[in-house]
Amino acid sequence: MAVVPVVVVVVGFVVPVSHLIVRGRPFGALGDVIANPVVREAAWFTVWQASLSTALTLVAGLPVTWAMARHRFPGRSAVRTVVMVPFVLPTVVVAAAVLAVLPQSIGRGVPAILIAHVLFNLAVIVRTVGGVWEQIDDDLFAAAKTLGASPLRTFAEVTLPVLRPAIIAASSIVFLFTFTSYGVVRILGGPNRSTLEVEIYLRAVRLGDLGGASAIAVVQLVAVAGLLFWWSRSQRKAVAPARLAPSTERTAHRGERRLAICIAAAATAFVVVPLAGLVVRSVRVGDRFSLAAWRGLTRAEIRPGIDLGLDPLGSIFVSLRYATAAAALAVIIGTLAALAISRGGRTGAALDTGLMLPLGTSAVTIGFGILLAYGRPPLDFRSSSALVPFVHALVATPFVVRAVLPVLDAVPPGLRDAARTLGASPLRVAREVDLRAASAAIIAGTGFAFAVSLGEFGATSFLSRRGTETLPVAVERLLGRTGDLLQAQGAALATVLLLVTVAVVAAVDRLAPRRTGAW
Amino acid sequence: MTIRFRRILPVVVGCTAATTLLVSCGGGSTDEGAQRVVLLAHDSFAVSPEVLAAFTDSTGIEVEIARSGDAGELVAKAVLTSGRPEGDVLWGVDDTSLARTLEAEVFEPYVAVGSDEIPARLRSLAPDGAATPVDEGDVCVNFDIERLTNLGLEPPRGFDDLIDPRYAGLLVVQSPATSSPGLAFLLATIAWRGEGGWADYWRDLRANDVLVVDGWTDAYYSAFSLHGGERPLVVSYGTSPPAEIVFAEPPLPSGAPAPTGIVEATCYRQVEFAGILRGTERRAAAEQLMDFLVSRRFQEDIPLNMFVYPANSSAELPDVFEQYAVRASAPWQLAPELIATERIRWIDEWTVAALR
Repeated sequence: MAVVPVVVVVVGFVVPVSHLIVRGRPFGALGDVIANPVVREAAWFTVWQASLSTALTLVAGLPVTWAMARHRFPGRSAVRTVVMVPFVLPTVVVAAAVLAVLPQSIGRGVPAILIAHVLFNLAVIVRTVGGVWEQIDDDLFAAAKTLGASPLRTFAEVTLPVLRPAIIAASSIVFLFTFTSYGVVRILGGPNRSTLEVEIYLRAVRLGDLGGASAIAVVQLVAVAGLLFWWSRSQRKAVAPARLAPSTERTAHRGERRLAICIAAAATAFVVVPLAGLVVRSVRVGDRFSLAAWRGLTRAEIRPGIDLGLDPLGSIFVSLRYATAAAALAVIIGTLAALAISRGGRTGAALDTGLMLPLGTSAVTIGFGILLAYGRPPLDFRSSSALVPFVHALVATPFVVRAVLPVLDAVPPGLRDAARTLGASPLRVAREVDLRAASAAIIAGTGFAFAVSLGEFGATSFLSRRGTETLPVAVERLLGRTGDLLQAQGAALATVLLLVTVAVVAAVDRLAPRRTGAW
Repeated sequence: MTIRFRRILPVVVGCTAATTLLVSCGGGSTDEGAQRVVLLAHDSFAVSPEVLAAFTDSTGIEVEIARSGDAGELVAKAVLTSGRPEGDVLWGVDDTSLARTLEAEVFEPYVAVGSDEIPARLRSLAPDGAATPVDEGDVCVNFDIERLTNLGLEPPRGFDDLIDPRYAGLLVVQSPATSSPGLAFLLATIAWRGEGGWADYWRDLRANDVLVVDGWTDAYYSAFSLHGGERPLVVSYGTSPPAEIVFAEPPLPSGAPAPTGIVEATCYRQVEFAGILRGTERRAAAEQLMDFLVSRRFQEDIPLNMFVYPANSSAELPDVFEQYAVRASAPWQLAPELIATERIRWIDEWTVAALR
């Protein structure tokens, strides 16, 4: 069972990363890269925009979390769903939405990047911190009040200490996401802002400096590994908060309740306005409403008669085809891996870590590594139409594992023993016991994998070929051009991507009513 | 967990089968029909439909033109896909990136029939058909005459005027990291000021509020004041003025002056090449297309479509070209070998000086 996933990890991750390290010549090119002011600038920008994005997401997210977690009001679950939506959206859609509503003068640049990062990551705070905040026992607040503490003091001395582990966990996730931000910066950065991720792309694909790009990728890899290591350690140290009680109906002052409703409404607007703006942008050409962008989706023209060589409509079908292939591959690899991991043992443990690696590493690094490893004879797969679906499956497999594994772990071991005692072969045990228990989770994982593939941009941007551009690649190319109609077409394609993703995720939510696994 | 395995098995099997079908279909369809070639080109490539139709009529070969951004992007993609090309013939590698293209073995050598009509000074840049020179032109600062007059400004005379505060906020250039004319303009400043001073010159340009965009189309058709933008100075071609005459809407009376002019002291000479992409499965058709690209018929169509000079010396120039195009008498130029070794360092230093 473990063979297939192990091979996939080796072929899809270990080999490409070793190529990166070899090409990056740790003691040659790496030194040059660290001394290079352009790279240093990109590294510095990467760190400070990630820090600022994280801080802003916290500032915006905590009030929303408070409003959602401590109050009951009509429409609360709807607001909750709305706030969660950007997080499941492809990064290029979030970026396109922000671009659609910002005035031309702000257009691209740091403010746009920060807004997109807050929009995307709001859900992380609301969900992670909200889960704890919801369950703080009301008696604690009552006690603090009786002892004469002001609301501010209560927050600082009662609420905050309890929330701290969750806040740190959520902030770490947000920092990691924004540190490795790629699609958002590609679309919103403009020519003078680039993160390490974007710099890898610019160097490899635009400048043709493969050695330099590899060296930056190694720097990035080490930084991300360090972050993950630090995070897992701080997670272990975090103590379980005291005095949690299941959430109950709470009474709040009318003023407080009104404030909570206002905050929830503001959060809803913050999410809905850009997404609606995206749709509006797609039906606006010049100063008028027009369906020209939608009607002309079969071709993209730079100027009348001069074709861009990109088939926007075709990219929808390419994406659907790739996502189907990737989801099918990911579900097979992921389910086999989950079975192997749940059986325990050393292989299982190694697989557990190994399959998470692609998720921890950035997709950009994977895409570039694959291009290096399988881009020259004798292993030349650059023109293979299976390459992109394979890489998508690699990126999506962890989601399948995370969905299926908890269910398999919950199967009482006695059940398997009983089946075995009754004479069932190992294969039959897996089929009749494990897969049967996990079927809903497997479907949910397939859906997630499909959605991940639809939105994948980082790796695809390195491997994409003429004629088989995926939706996110097409969106970026269109939005990267000037010209009102091309921009509107970009918005139209981003709208398609938005709708398909939301439909898939909603369907998954329906099929698997109980949330399976972490996210 | 009410859904049973037996119910999802057909779904999984069905998906896998459908996928296999879809993926295999996707791979095969583009290779059908041998009598078709794909010509990869940059955004500025254009050809009269009747000229292309004449080729198809006489050879039975259909040409699909695939544009992929600025010449800079085109070359970068060609290098990455070397040996597994996205098309059969490529148009538009210029001499600033020729060395890099040859080093990556992007092309299969081919001496096109009729290339003896291309001057030896151009052919010697890529000997033995390593690549085929197809056109040449100058990259120069262009200015919008009417806008400058309205601002009460004389046209700039050279590089020095561009950093004069009177011209602050008027110039738009392309990033040399992504654009071929952008790189040419950077090389012109390097050739002019030398290794010691060009970065300072760019810091001065930046202090004078130069605008950097990704590619030529963005600069010329969006930022340039003649086409609805704000800036009356733009890095473009020495042959852009005749284009403004030809495309004038409404047409200009004959003999009227062009609406744009050239700052001749800033011109950098660029030679463009075409070639057969290594790894093509349609070599024979690709050869026929190459022969056509250097033929007099096609070469005479170049000036009024791409607004550069044909490489074929037997091709006659249209009147509007003789009248309006500027061919710099002493254009800037740098050796391809020097560009090949220093390009990345220059672009990095430029990025720091001009953007960061």
